[in-house]
Amino acid sequence: MSEAAASSRADVHGAKVRLFKLQDMAFHRVTLVFALLVLAALTGILFSLGQQAEPAFKEFGWGFLWGNVWSVPDDKFGARIAIYGTLVTSFIALVIAVPISFGIALFLTETCPAWLRRPLGTAIELLAGVPSIVYGIWGLFVFAPLFADYAQPILKATLGHLPVIGKLFSGPAIGIGILTAGIVLSLMVIPFIASVMRDVFDTVPPVLKESAYGMGCTTWEVVWNIVLPYTRVGVIGGIMLGLGRALGETMAVTFVIGNSNRIVGSLFAPGNSIASVLANEFGEADPGLHIASLFALGLLLFVITFFVLALSRWLIYLGVKKQGK
Amino acid sequence: MPERPILPGEGIALQVRNLNFYYGDFKGLKDVNLDIVRNKVTAFIGPSGCGKSTLLRTFNRMYDLYPGQRAEGEIMFNGNNLLDKKQDVNLVRAKIGMVFQKPTPFPMTIYENIAFGVRLYDKLPGSEMNDRVEWALRKAALWDEVKDKLGQSGLSLSGGQQQRLCIARAVAVKPEIVLLDEPTSALDPISTAKVEELVSELTEDYTIAMVTHNMQQAARISNYTAFMYLGELIEFGKTDELFVKPKAQQTEDYITGRFG
Amino acid sequence: MNLYGRRTWINRLGIGLSMVAMSLGLAGLLWILWTLFAKGFAALSWDFFTTDTPAPGTPGGGLRNAIVGSGILILVTTVVSTPIGILAGIHLAEFGDKSRLASITRFVTDIMLSAPSIVIGLFVYALVVVTFGGFSGWAGSIALSLIAIPVVVRTTENMLRLVPTSLREAAFALGAPHWQVSIKVTLHAVKAGVVTGVLLAIARVTGETAPLLFTALNNQFFSADMSQPMANLPVAIFQFGMSPYDNWVQLAWGGSLLIALLVLAINIGARVIFHQKDTL
Repeated sequence: MSEAAASSRADVHGAKVRLFKLQDMAFHRVTLVFALLVLAALTGILFSLGQQAEPAFKEFGWGFLWGNVWSVPDDKFGARIAIYGTLVTSFIALVIAVPISFGIALFLTETCPAWLRRPLGTAIELLAGVPSIVYGIWGLFVFAPLFADYAQPILKATLGHLPVIGKLFSGPAIGIGILTAGIVLSLMVIPFIASVMRDVFDTVPPVLKESAYGMGCTTWEVVWNIVLPYTRVGVIGGIMLGLGRALGETMAVTFVIGNSNRIVGSLFAPGNSIASVLANEFGEADPGLHIASLFALGLLLFVITFFVLALSRWLIYLGVKKQGK
Repeated sequence: MPERPILPGEGIALQVRNLNFYYGDFKGLKDVNLDIVRNKVTAFIGPSGCGKSTLLRTFNRMYDLYPGQRAEGEIMFNGNNLLDKKQDVNLVRAKIGMVFQKPTPFPMTIYENIAFGVRLYDKLPGSEMNDRVEWALRKAALWDEVKDKLGQSGLSLSGGQQQRLCIARAVAVKPEIVLLDEPTSALDPISTAKVEELVSELTEDYTIAMVTHNMQQAARISNYTAFMYLGELIEFGKTDELFVKPKAQQTEDYITGRFG
Repeated sequence: MNLYGRRTWINRLGIGLSMVAMSLGLAGLLWILWTLFAKGFAALSWDFFTTDTPAPGTPGGGLRNAIVGSGILILVTTVVSTPIGILAGIHLAEFGDKSRLASITRFVTDIMLSAPSIVIGLFVYALVVVTFGGFSGWAGSIALSLIAIPVVVRTTENMLRLVPTSLREAAFALGAPHWQVSIKVTLHAVKAGVVTGVLLAIARVTGETAPLLFTALNNQFFSADMSQPMANLPVAIFQFGMSPYDNWVQLAWGGSLLIALLVLAINIGARVIFHQKDTL
C-alpha cells in the first residue's frame, strides 16, 4: 500500500470512527429515553392514584381501611368489605389451585408419558392465555346454577353441620357468591401456578434425582424429599405469582361474586372484591368522595399486589440464583 | 524474564510490555512481555485458565465490553499503545481481526456476512464489493463450496464451513493481525485440517496470533510458541526449539503431558 | 404392613392423586372451552358480524361495531407499544448491567407484567379521561399499551440475552459500532423471539376488559373516531353478559368465543414462529 493511499484510508477511517461515536451516543440516548418513559409511566400510577384518592383519605383517615360501610347514598365509604372479599376469594382460589397445580406439575415432570408431555404442557400454557372474561361468563351461566343445585346442598348437609366452620357453609344456595368466585378464580390461576411449578421442577439436575432413585426411592419420595425441597423457593414464588393474579383479577370475579356490600360470614353469601367494586361502580360514580374512595381502593389493590408480586419475583430470583451455584 | 528470540530483520507487529490484567480483584495476567512477529504464526498454549485467551483478548480490547475488566501496561501497535484510553477501540478492531472458538456466523446471508464488516470502514461500489467477497471467500478456501449459494443463510453451512466463513469475514476487512481463539476446538478432524492449512497460507498477508489447547496443533502450524501458566508467560520461543528443548521445567512437564 | 409395602402404597397414592389433580384441572378447563364452543357457535351468524349492538329490548343485533372497535384499539396499541417496548428492551439488555436506573426499570416492568389491569384503567382515567374531558378510544389504547409494553420489554430483553456472547463479540471484533452490533446482529438473530413477544402482548390485550371499562368505555353505535368512546368486544361482553336480555346474553357468548379463538390463534401463531429456526 502506498503512503498516500494509506493516509487517505486512515482519514476515511477517522471520519467513520467519529460518525460511529456520534451514532453510538445517539443509540444510547434514544434507548435510554424509551426505558425512562416506561419507568415514568409505571411509577406515575402510584402517584396519580394517590393524588386522586386524597379526598377519601382526608375524610376517613386510616378508618377507611377497616370501615365496614360502603354506602353511596350516605357518602360513607370503608374498604373492609372489599378487602375481605378480595382476600377470602384469593385464599379459596389458592387452597384449591395449589394442590391441583402441584399434581399437574408432578404429573407433567415425573409420570407423564413422553409423547404426552409437550401437548399437555402446551395446553396448560395456552389455557393461561384464555381471557378472564370467558371464565367470568362461564362461571355465571354454567357453573353457578349447577353449583347451587348440586354442590351447595351437599356442602350444607355435610360441612354445614360442623362446629365453627359450619357457619361458612350456611345460608341460601343461590350459586353466585364468595365461594363460587373463589372456585372460578382457582380455575383461572391453575395454569399460571402449574406452569411455573413445572418450570422449576425441570431445573432439578437429573443427577440429583437419579442418585435418589439409585438408592431405591419411589417416585413420590423423590418428589417429596428431593424435588420439592430443592425447588421450594421457586414453588413459593409461583404460588405468590398466582396470588398476585387472583388478588387483582376483575372479570372472572365480578360476574360471579354477587356484588353485595355486606359481610354475612357465610361463603355462600354474595360479596364484593376491590376489583369488582371498581368494575361495577366506577363508570357511574359521581365526582367527589365516591370517586375518591374508589381511587383509594385501587391504590390499596395496587399496593397489596405490588408487595405480593415483588415478593414472588424475589423468591423466584433466589430460586434461580441457588440453582446457578 | 524470557529472552526474546527475534531475529534481526523480522518486523514486529505487536510489542507487549509489562502487561497486567485484572478481572475485578483477580489478577489474570502477571507482567507479560513478548513480541508478536509480523507474518508469522504465534501460538499460545497452556492449561485451561492459564490466561492465554485473556492475553489474546487484550490485543483487540475485547475486554472493554465488560465492566470490571481492565488491563495495565503497554501493547504497542504501529507506534500507538493499544491500551491507551484515547485509542478508539473500533479502529483497533478493524485492524486486528478475531475468530472465535465456536463458529459465529451472523444471522444474514453468506454474502452479507462478509460484506457487513467491509461496509463498516470502506465504501465500495457493488462490483468491487462482489470482488472483495469472492476474494475473501477464496482466501478462506470456501469459495468453491458456496459460490452458488451466496444468498443463503450463513447458518445453513456446516460447522467447518461456518468457521471458514468467519475467517473469510475477518480477512475481508484486510486487517493486519488476525487473532484466532481456539479456532478448531469445535470442529471435526477434517475441518480442522482444512483450517490449519488455511492458517499457514494466511501468513503471506497477515500476522497470526492463535490460542490452542492442542499442543500438536501448535507444533504443526506455528512459528513461535508461548507457554503460559497461572497468568504468567513461562516460556516464549521458536516453536521447534520450545518443543524440542524446553528451558523451563513447567514447560517440559506440560508438553510431555505430566500436567494440564 | 411392612415398611416397603407402606412406601409403595404411599407412592401409589401420591401418583394417583397427581393424576386426579391433572384430570380435575384439565376437566375444568375443557368444560369451560366446551361450553364456550357450544354456546358461542350458536350465537354466530351473518347478522352477528354485520349489524351493530342492539338497543335494550330490541331483538337481534350483532357486534360489528364492537369487533371493529376492538380491531382499531388493538392496532393502535400494537403500533404504539411495539417500538417503545423494543427500544426499552434493547436498553435493558445492552446497557442494563451498568446502571441502577435500568435495574429499577426492569423490576418495575416485572411487577407490571402481573399487576391488576383494572388499576391501569384507573390510572389512565385520571391521566387522560379527566385531563381531556371524556372517554375515548385514545384513552383505551393508552391503557392497553401500558399492559402490552412490559410484555414486549421483557421478552425483547430476555431474547437479546439469549444471544451467545461470542456472536456479539464477533461483531465487535470487526470494529462495528455498538448500535450496529445491537440492531443488525443481535436483534436480527432473535427477531423470531421478539415477534413472539409482540404477538403475546397482542394476545394479552385482546382479552383485557377491565382497563377499557373506564377509558374507551363503550359505544352502542359504529364509530372509528379515536377521540370518542369506542365500542369494543370485552366491554360489550361484560355489559351484555350481565344484562337481563336473552339476545344480549347470546351475543356475549358469541363475543367470548370470538375473543377466545383469536387469543388462542395468536398464542399458537407465536409458538409456531418462535420454533422456526434458521430463517432469514
